Amino acid sequence: MSKLKTALTSIALAGSLAAISVPAMARDTINIVGSSTVYPFATVVAERFGNQGDFPTPKLESTGSGGGLKIFCQGIGTNHPDITNASRRIKASEIELCKSNGVEEITEFRIGSDGIVIASSKEAEHMDLTLQQLFLALGEKVPVDGKWVKNPYKNWSDIDSSLPNKKIVVMGPPPTSGTRDSFNEQGLAAGCDTLPEAAELAEEEHAAICESIREDGAFIEAGENDNLIVQKLVGDTGLYGIFGYSFLEENADRLQAAKLDGVEPKPELIAEDKYPLARSMFFYVKKAHIGVVPGIAEYAAEFISPAAMGPNGYLKDVGLIVPTRDQLMVLQTKLKEMPNLTADDLK
Amino acid sequence: MIDPKKQAEIVHKSLKKRYRKEKRFRAYGILAITIALASLIVLFADIINKGHTGFLKTTITLDVEMNAETMYLEDPTDPDAVRMADFVEPLIQSLSEILPEATEEDRGKLRGLINPYASSQLRDELVANPDWMGTTQTITFLAHSNVDVYNKHKGNEAYSIKLSEEQQQYVDKLRDKGVIETSFNDVFFTSGDSRDPARAGVLGAIVGSLLVMFVTLVLSFPIGVAAAIYLEEFAPRNRITDFIEVNINNLAAVPSIIFGLLGLAVFINLFGMPRSVPFVGGLVLTLMTLPTIIISSRAAIKSVPPSIREAAEGVGASKMQVVLHHVLPLAMPGMLTGSIIGMAQALGETAPLLLIGMVAFIVEIPEGFFDAATVLPVQVFLWAGSPELAFIERASAAIMVLLAFLLSMNALAIWLRKRLERRW
Repeated sequence: MSKLKTALTSIALAGSLAAISVPAMARDTINIVGSSTVYPFATVVAERFGNQGDFPTPKLESTGSGGGLKIFCQGIGTNHPDITNASRRIKASEIELCKSNGVEEITEFRIGSDGIVIASSKEAEHMDLTLQQLFLALGEKVPVDGKWVKNPYKNWSDIDSSLPNKKIVVMGPPPTSGTRDSFNEQGLAAGCDTLPEAAELAEEEHAAICESIREDGAFIEAGENDNLIVQKLVGDTGLYGIFGYSFLEENADRLQAAKLDGVEPKPELIAEDKYPLARSMFFYVKKAHIGVVPGIAEYAAEFISPAAMGPNGYLKDVGLIVPTRDQLMVLQTKLKEMPNLTADDLK
Repeated sequence: MIDPKKQAEIVHKSLKKRYRKEKRFRAYGILAITIALASLIVLFADIINKGHTGFLKTTITLDVEMNAETMYLEDPTDPDAVRMADFVEPLIQSLSEILPEATEEDRGKLRGLINPYASSQLRDELVANPDWMGTTQTITFLAHSNVDVYNKHKGNEAYSIKLSEEQQQYVDKLRDKGVIETSFNDVFFTSGDSRDPARAGVLGAIVGSLLVMFVTLVLSFPIGVAAAIYLEEFAPRNRITDFIEVNINNLAAVPSIIFGLLGLAVFINLFGMPRSVPFVGGLVLTLMTLPTIIISSRAAIKSVPPSIREAAEGVGASKMQVVLHHVLPLAMPGMLTGSIIGMAQALGETAPLLLIGMVAFIVEIPEGFFDAATVLPVQVFLWAGSPELAFIERASAAIMVLLAFLLSMNALAIWLRKRLERRW
């Protein structure tokens, strides 16, 4: 009996002890939040950085670009993250949010790019698409004689006689994927905007029409199993697949990519934003935390070092399209000067 | 009035139908159980089938020549010199001695066979043993994860996709020579997360889970039991207690993500506690398990026969003595079972932890309640979403570890009940 009592009291005591000992803590681990697209690259850098033994391995949370910036801009102090990753540029409204919470000084690093490709088997006919044709092939509704109707196109050649006379079948990422978001925005919506009919759409209609993919079987959601898509594309020359550039590069011996608006997805063209479906990746450093949390500047230095992002860097092995030499030089000077990002820089 | 003879006839006629009905009803029951069991077996078979290879690792054992010239390193005790030294070259040289057919252009392919972190292992070992300089040492390294999956799934084309044909031949040859070996994957149980599947382990997640569970247990058990005792034994029956009871029952059915939102708003944003720490995770899971513990504890107290209370009161025990000396010990097994099942539920929870930042890439093993940590189900979630093939088997292996934890917790609950329970 008494044993039970002592056991209960000790549990209760331990509980209350744990409850009151919430310290205001100093932190020696870098906290990073942000985009799930940058996550696979940032984790590799973080692990290498920790492996050198000078600083603990940073902690990384994959919150999405918007979510990351929101948490990042919450304030200054060790309870807030030091760095956020983003697969798009920070918005003026987010800089405002940061400012209103006292996060006045942030530095932006552009860390390279990623491109979305439309690939097919090497044996298939090579396609040279415009974004408009891409939208006409995959949009849920397309304009015919001035009216928006359900997509009537069955074959690529129905859209333009220069395209192959083959059924439109495209495998692509599911709606949960960031690649799909970018594809919808930069591919479909951009293609839709080239149509004169799109200008007449009301704003809410615009997003609904220009960013929806058809659901009549011409577009197949393929999940995230990359290897499966490769096998399917190689086996069927009528199939096209949408995925990240790194994946095309890995299977360059078996796959080819369609030209978009006449531009081929080549690393240099993606890095310079010439390819229409290229997107840049960034990370933002909270300057007030440098010196408070150890290792922030060193982590940034590791990320943009030639060992990581150079032409033979380890991030290239993971599939990053590394910046050009000039861009890398700009980054190095940025690291030394740590310039503040202002709303004017975004224009 | 119906004639009894006729009535008997009607009953007799319908008898067959009733028996048939009963048989059918039983068949439905058996069918339901078979479906449940079959899906369970399919699930387990799939997990074990995919995951058993996760408990194996592939290693490469090399004779590494610690040559100052090839490594650009004179003095391994000088940290700056170590930083500039080349630890990849000696590994590739050693490999190309075993594989003389590999030409100068194939060096990149050879490099793709060794784990990307093998060079840091060599560095650390050399720094620990500076007298190795100038000697040749036999060291075992992890293989690259592509080699790992290829080696473990011989003949399955899906697993060889990442290696070129030459590389596959190299691996086959190295295995025949005994340079590449498969052994029990101790790395999996002794290290934290990693982006390299070959180096990834569940220890960080296990420690994180234990820390979170400790906080949850220490908070939710006493609070839950105290609340149950008060509500059952002391509280007056009125509208307020009815209201509380309805709310507790409701809370037990609230989706767990809501508790995560609450934790984010209250503990992190209001109290300013750090993100991603086991303490906050434990607090959130405490909120989630409390209703379960209170409900099961109340049921356990209710099931103590009133005769025991009356007997105790009859010999002059006070209300408090009745509860502490008689009711509580008898209700304890039921309370413990309820708590353990509640804890097991909390152990498998990811959704509320997502919002308080415990879904994160954390390499270091947490050492306290305020170190960034992740838990087992989150680790499974993170690995299952990784593109590398080798992570799929790691994820399945982690599921098996999680299941082992859940099974042992449930077994403990059954054992405690069997041992402590008293029947009347």
